[in-house]
Amino acid sequence: MHPFAYRRPASLAEAAAAWRAEDDPRWLAGGQSLLGVLKLRLGAPTALIDVARLPELAGIRREAGALVVGAACTHAEIAASATDIPALAALAGGIGDLQVRNMGTLGGALANNDPAGDHAAAALGLGAEIRTDRRRIAADAFFTGLFETALEPGELIVAVAYPLCRRAGYAKVRNPASGYPVAGVFIAEAADGPRVAVTGAGPCPFRLPDFERALAAAFASTAVDRLTVAAAGLNRDLHATPEYRAHLIGVLARRALAAAGAPP
Amino acid sequence: MRITLEVNGRPIAAEVEPRTLLSAFLREHMGLTGTHVGCDTGQCGACTVHLDGRAVKSCMVLAVQADGRRVTTIEGIAGADGGLHPMQAAFRRRHALQCGFCTPGMVMTALDLAATLADADDGAVRAGLAGTLCRCTGYRPIVEAVKDAVAAREAG
Repeated sequence: MHPFAYRRPASLAEAAAAWRAEDDPRWLAGGQSLLGVLKLRLGAPTALIDVARLPELAGIRREAGALVVGAACTHAEIAASATDIPALAALAGGIGDLQVRNMGTLGGALANNDPAGDHAAAALGLGAEIRTDRRRIAADAFFTGLFETALEPGELIVAVAYPLCRRAGYAKVRNPASGYPVAGVFIAEAADGPRVAVTGAGPCPFRLPDFERALAAAFASTAVDRLTVAAAGLNRDLHATPEYRAHLIGVLARRALAAAGAPP
Repeated sequence: MRITLEVNGRPIAAEVEPRTLLSAFLREHMGLTGTHVGCDTGQCGACTVHLDGRAVKSCMVLAVQADGRRVTTIEGIAGADGGLHPMQAAFRRRHALQCGFCTPGMVMTALDLAATLADADDGAVRAGLAGTLCRCTGYRPIVEAVKDAVAAREAG
């Protein structure tokens, strides 16, 4: 790692001031992705601003119709405490491994937007609202490309509000070495209809409108078991071809429905 | 940068570079070489220690991130009389090590796992240990040791 300065502001206001005072800063939350980037010298920020202990980013609470999760909550905290949305708790409990879940945070995962990130599937699948220090961004407008989001330079995720849903489920196929999803599908029966979100398969998480229409007619596996996904545009790497990922999405959609308790 | 933290129950103050990893701080500044560095990329889990009681990979944590917090290493879990911790005793009883390189990280991971595990079946134990690799592949006795420790906790 190249040398960098380290700052740990005590409040959101101090954090914004610390950002403005540095040449090329990065937010540091759990560091489970960022430290790997720094070790490989893929990034060389002049300063890390540690937001993991900011009180404004802590805790999980209920609001009317939504579960609001602080951006600095670790995956382990969400797995243990997001009981109002069991599919979200289960997803968080399946990220990485035990040690990573104890450090890695929700805000860090969403801001990084790794193409194989688990949290993106839940945020998009539940129609979450990403709350920053500047504004509120709908999940549908948040994930803009490979490792790209709608966040502006220095904009910090404070919390994520997940609308409560009737039922939801998540299923993925993990790469056995890295643990990252080769593909993952999150399906929710939300207040305004079914939502189906895919991670790991494309450059960026995306929804499946034809699956959603079919599930609106009947929230059951049989509604989607004849649907197919086009391979064009899906990821090709040493682990899987686009065609294999397209096939997996159909399989995982049925597993996610089963996890949601939908009839077969 | 000056940091103050608690390591194995002792208050410590030290001067570190911000880029110093917690693993390097423990081994090189503190001389606590029981924390092993295997891959240095957050994959093998040999460097696992507890930060405020939860298992983390110390090669993926900056020493400055531990400022003001409580760190426990493999050197810090034995009883006051120097006797083995029950998890260490379970590992010894089950011969849950071959070369021993992963053992400190495996024990520290197992302690977190055993504290939070509702049901100590094989699948849950193996999933919980997924972030800690035994390069001898001697997982079966390790899983048995963790199940023993959980059973002993429930019996106690």
